[in-house]
Amino acid sequence: MPNAVPLSWYLILSAILFGLGVAGFIFRRNIITVFMSIELMLNAVNLTFVTFSYQFKQVDGHIYSFFVMVVAAAEAAVGLAIILTVFKNRSTLMIDDVNSMKY
Amino acid sequence: MPANFAPSAADYLRILPEIIMTVAGVLIMLLEGWLGENKKRNLSVQTFVAFAAALVSAVAANGNPGLSFSNMLIVDGFATFFRVLVIAVGILSLFSATQYLKREHAESSEYYALLLFSVTGQCIMATANELIMIFIGLEISSIATYVLAGYLRDDKRNNEAALKYFLLGSFATAFLLYGIAWIYGTTGSTNLSTIRIALLTPGSETNVILAGTAAALMFVGFAFKVSAAPFQIWAPDVYQGAPAPVTLFMSAGPKAAAFAVFLRVFMTAFGPITSRWEPFVWSSALLTMIIGNFAALMQTNIKRLLAYSSIANAGYVMVAIAADSQIGVAAAMFYLAAYAFMNIGAFAVVTHFSRQGEKFVNVEDLAGLGWKQPVTAALFSIFLLSLIGVPLTGGFFGKFYIFKAALDANLVWLTVLGLLNSAVAAYYYLRILVVMYMKEPGEATLSLQPVGVGIAATLWISAVGTLVLGIFPSVVLNFATASSALVK
Repeated sequence: MPNAVPLSWYLILSAILFGLGVAGFIFRRNIITVFMSIELMLNAVNLTFVTFSYQFKQVDGHIYSFFVMVVAAAEAAVGLAIILTVFKNRSTLMIDDVNSMKY
Repeated sequence: MPANFAPSAADYLRILPEIIMTVAGVLIMLLEGWLGENKKRNLSVQTFVAFAAALVSAVAANGNPGLSFSNMLIVDGFATFFRVLVIAVGILSLFSATQYLKREHAESSEYYALLLFSVTGQCIMATANELIMIFIGLEISSIATYVLAGYLRDDKRNNEAALKYFLLGSFATAFLLYGIAWIYGTTGSTNLSTIRIALLTPGSETNVILAGTAAALMFVGFAFKVSAAPFQIWAPDVYQGAPAPVTLFMSAGPKAAAFAVFLRVFMTAFGPITSRWEPFVWSSALLTMIIGNFAALMQTNIKRLLAYSSIANAGYVMVAIAADSQIGVAAAMFYLAAYAFMNIGAFAVVTHFSRQGEKFVNVEDLAGLGWKQPVTAALFSIFLLSLIGVPLTGGFFGKFYIFKAALDANLVWLTVLGLLNSAVAAYYYLRILVVMYMKEPGEATLSLQPVGVGIAATLWISAVGTLVLGIFPSVVLNFATASSALVK
């Protein structure tokens, strides 16, 4: 494939996505957005897995990315339920308002 | 790669504990729905039977050690040690939870099912010989524990604990996964032995740097899970906010399992690049001990105090990892067992004392406990003395072996600073003893009910465990030493 995009570009893209996820996790204040940042990080991981898998001509990495997706879905189910209960009890989704345990 | 992928009977026997607990957990969830709310049937007995069967099969599996499922899982002494430990933690937290759930009017069997699932995940972590299996086990354990941390849905503190645990836990998992992806890219495999071989073969400098980066990313993930500095910030809030029996569970079980994979991955797969990660573990160990102990000095809430104590204890285990030797692995294993008993005991006292809605969780509330309930106070004293590291308790030998391993590895400064830290730690543990024995009983102590059967069982078993490890340490230590040479 002479005109294919070099693999390193995918890796750089995944690193940027991961970095954006980390930045979003640290700087965003809305709980849902923070949660979305984590999902972004997981997707960056998937991209890395698939890239390497393509490079090695192996199927392993593709399968790993499915594992990651399944686990991310399970995590999302539990996470959104937790976020819902927090919202029900406090009527807020701002992460700074959820700090009753500092004294 | 074996040509035949079909698992053999021996493979299934090796993961029998996980199978038993998974099936039992699913059955309990089904039975819960089937029996209905009005029957008020308590499924704790069934849960106990499942745990006991898993414990027996975990011990039995050690009779036929080896790799299974295309080298994805490994049953060896190390795996057996941690499987038995986490199942024991599961049983002890089951005992203290039954009474707690009755008290909070939250008796539902989901709690037991989640406990079973969480322990299953930890068992998978203990036996995993492959990074993706480690990830799966870690997530099974973590997701169940996130729900447990927020078990009382209408309690604001429970919600907050669950939210923080969930967000920071998933964040850490993402780092771990990114590290796994990079090590897969560097070595072309996720099997620990294959990674080790790939890193041992002399390659380009880029590969070593990439492997080092992957190790660093995975270190971040593991450090979060074991609450080691600088990734310990979540622990105090989560331990304080979660229900007391859940705190009891997660400060012992998930932590031991996380340390098990930490040890296995860094000693086997990343063994060839020790010089690159050792300074990080070294400084993290020191920082963890200092932050844990000095922050604990200023706490008034006993759950928060024990949370910082738990951070400090993670620091001691990190010292053993920094030693990077077989003695270090054995010392870490011994310490984690001793720590599980003494910490579970201490949190069981907190569970008992806090009363409905966890009203009494301040250190000052314990005033006069020594006069009101001498037996409870005496058992609590054993746990506290063990946490200090007084001879004849498990905590003493645990610390002794860890610092001996560190000295053997020429980590003199780390040993000296670690010992100074344990001296600081003595202050806040002794403060609890002083409050218990030297102060007049207050309102909190006078209204205290007698200890129930479940918590009494937890207390006595933990106390016996702590003392046996302190008086006959060789029994456990010999097993730990024999299994500390991890399969490489």
